[in-house]
This record gives sequence, structure tokens and C-alpha cells, in this order.
Amino acid sequence: MSLATRERTQTPAPAGGLELWTWFFMRISGIVLVFLVLGHFTIVHLLGEGVDRVNFAFVAGRWSSPLWQTWDWTMLTLGLIHGANGLRVVIDDYVRRDGLRAALKSALYVASLIFLLLGTLIIVAFDPAKGS
Amino acid sequence: MPGPAGGEATIRVLRYDPDAGGAPRWQTYRVPYEPMDRVLDALHAIKWRADGTLAFRRSCGHGICGSDAMVINGQNALACKVLIKDLSQPITVEPIRGLPVHKDLVVDMEPFFDAYRKVLPFLVNDDPAPDRERLQSPADRARYDDTTKCILCAACTTSCPVFWGDGQYAGPAAIVNAHRFVFDSRDRASNERLAVLSDKVGAFRCRTVFNCTRACPRDIHVTRAIQEVKSEILKRRV
Repeated sequence: MSLATRERTQTPAPAGGLELWTWFFMRISGIVLVFLVLGHFTIVHLLGEGVDRVNFAFVAGRWSSPLWQTWDWTMLTLGLIHGANGLRVVIDDYVRRDGLRAALKSALYVASLIFLLLGTLIIVAFDPAKGS
Repeated sequence: MPGPAGGEATIRVLRYDPDAGGAPRWQTYRVPYEPMDRVLDALHAIKWRADGTLAFRRSCGHGICGSDAMVINGQNALACKVLIKDLSQPITVEPIRGLPVHKDLVVDMEPFFDAYRKVLPFLVNDDPAPDRERLQSPADRARYDDTTKCILCAACTTSCPVFWGDGQYAGPAAIVNAHRFVFDSRDRASNERLAVLSDKVGAFRCRTVFNCTRACPRDIHVTRAIQEVKSEILKRRV
């Protein structure tokens, strides 16, 4: 008899669902956030005159640039989703009652969405003229 | 006669009798011991000479069968591998956590073995049988060597806070035993195992607490094995 000639038919790929992708997102967003947050702190809080120069005009100046708008919006979005997913995981781990778990997770998703929309609106629709 | 480091040990056992009802209660025993006596020897001394109602599991008594995992001074361990002289006293002995207690130190292992069975913990290969054995290189064999050492004592799974809290998580031991076959070059069912473990109660539930690695009496790198399973699921999807 010859050696193995037939491969057993495998399922095409393991069914990596939401848990796989949220796990992967946490790794990637975590790495990106380290650079974004440390960069933010260095530029805004340490360089030049440090945090003392941060006022309305300073923020208005920064947000007139697409670079800083993008930087801050990415930091907001990744930070919010990263944190919300962390809380989702804690709720899944430690809340055993189905109803309470569903309620807490719904509240978490609604709050996260509101914060995300508010933050996006402020960064995108920021108009320095209205503040003066 | 007790030797130089021997003496009398004070052992507090968390007792529970379902027939008597009520909450579990601590019972204290004093047991003479010799330098090379283990906690299992002390439990034998209690059961055989002081209190025959004490219930615990043990089989081989030499760290191979995995029957006598219990919480000793707050740490999951095999009673047959822990020397009394190495422990601070009073020594506390409790049943492993996260599984229903039948009596004293005896727990219901069925939820643990249910999770174990779900990952198909056996070699699957429907290829025509070769004339002799299915060959494997030493390097291929080494790939999963660490996870062959599991004795299914449940010390890892019952040290895991996610297993305690959730009650549905497959647990480290099931993932370790999936790892043993997922990385076996002769096996043909790794995708089925990984599909089970990519479920919500599968490998991604691991929070890398490392309790399992610390608890394993066979020194398996349990947390690493779980991360390798996660990476493998990702690799096969991208």
C-alpha cells in the first residue's frame, strides 16, 4: 500500500467570528494608540512652552490643519472603540445574568456611539469664529 | 518518627457535606509528619486514622494521574507533589474552584470534561493507513511536545478567573489539548478544532492572566499554548 494519497476534506477555514477580529483590533489599535497618545502628549504638553500655551486659539490653530484633525479623530475613534470593547469583554466575563448583561452592553454601545458622534462633530465642524 | 524537619502539621480542610446541608465549614486537624511527607500523606493520615468521613480523590499518588488537584494555601496544586515542610502553617486545603462540589474536596469534573471533549482530543486522519507508522520528523514532533504533558488534573482551568466568572469558557486545559493536535503534522481535523475555539467561549476568552501557567503541575506553558492557538486561527483567516 502506498503512503497517504488522500487528504481528509477539511472545513475550508476555522470560523473566526467577532471574537477573532475584536481581539486582532485590540492588538493593532493598542500599538497605534501608543504612538498617537505619546505623540500628542509630547507635542501638546511638553514641547515649547508646554501645556501653558494651550488655549482656545492654540486648539483653533491646530484644527485648521487636516493633519491634526486626522490625528485627533483617529485617536478619539481608536481610543473609544478600544475602551468600549474592553468594557464589553469585562461585562461578558463577570455579568452572569443574561438580561443585565444585555442591558449593560446596550448602554455601553449607545454611550460610545454618542461620544463618537459628538467628538467627530466637534473635530470636523469646528469653527473658530463661533468661539470668539 | 518525625525527622529533623518533621513535626506536627496543622491542616485546615474546607469540608462540605451535601447530606447535612448548610454552608461549607473549616475543620482543623493536627497530623504528625516526616520531612518527605506530602499533603496527600497528611490527608491519608486524617482519613485512615482520625476522620474517615473526609472525601478526596487520589489514584496513583505520584503526579501522573491528575486526580488530586486541590487548592493548597491558596494555590492550585497536586496534593501528591507538595511537601508539607515547604508550606507555611496552618495549611489550608480547599476543593478546586469553579466546579460544583460533591463532597469535601471532591468536585464534579463533568463540565471540565465536556469542554475537553468538544475540541476532539484524539488524532483524526482518514488517509489510508500506511504499511508502517505515520512518519513524523523530530522537528514536527517537537512542535507540540509541551502540550503532550497534560494530565487533565484541571489545576489550570480551575485557577482561571474567566472560568470562575463565566462558567462557560472552554478553559485552558481544553485549549492545551486542542493545541496538542492542531500542531501535529499527522492530524487532519485542526480546522474543526479551531472553529470550536474561535467561538465566543473559546480561546479568545483568555485574558492572559497566567494563573494557569503558574498552576500547572506539569510545567506546561499553558498561556503560551493558548496564544499560539489564537495566532493560528488568525493566520488561517488572513
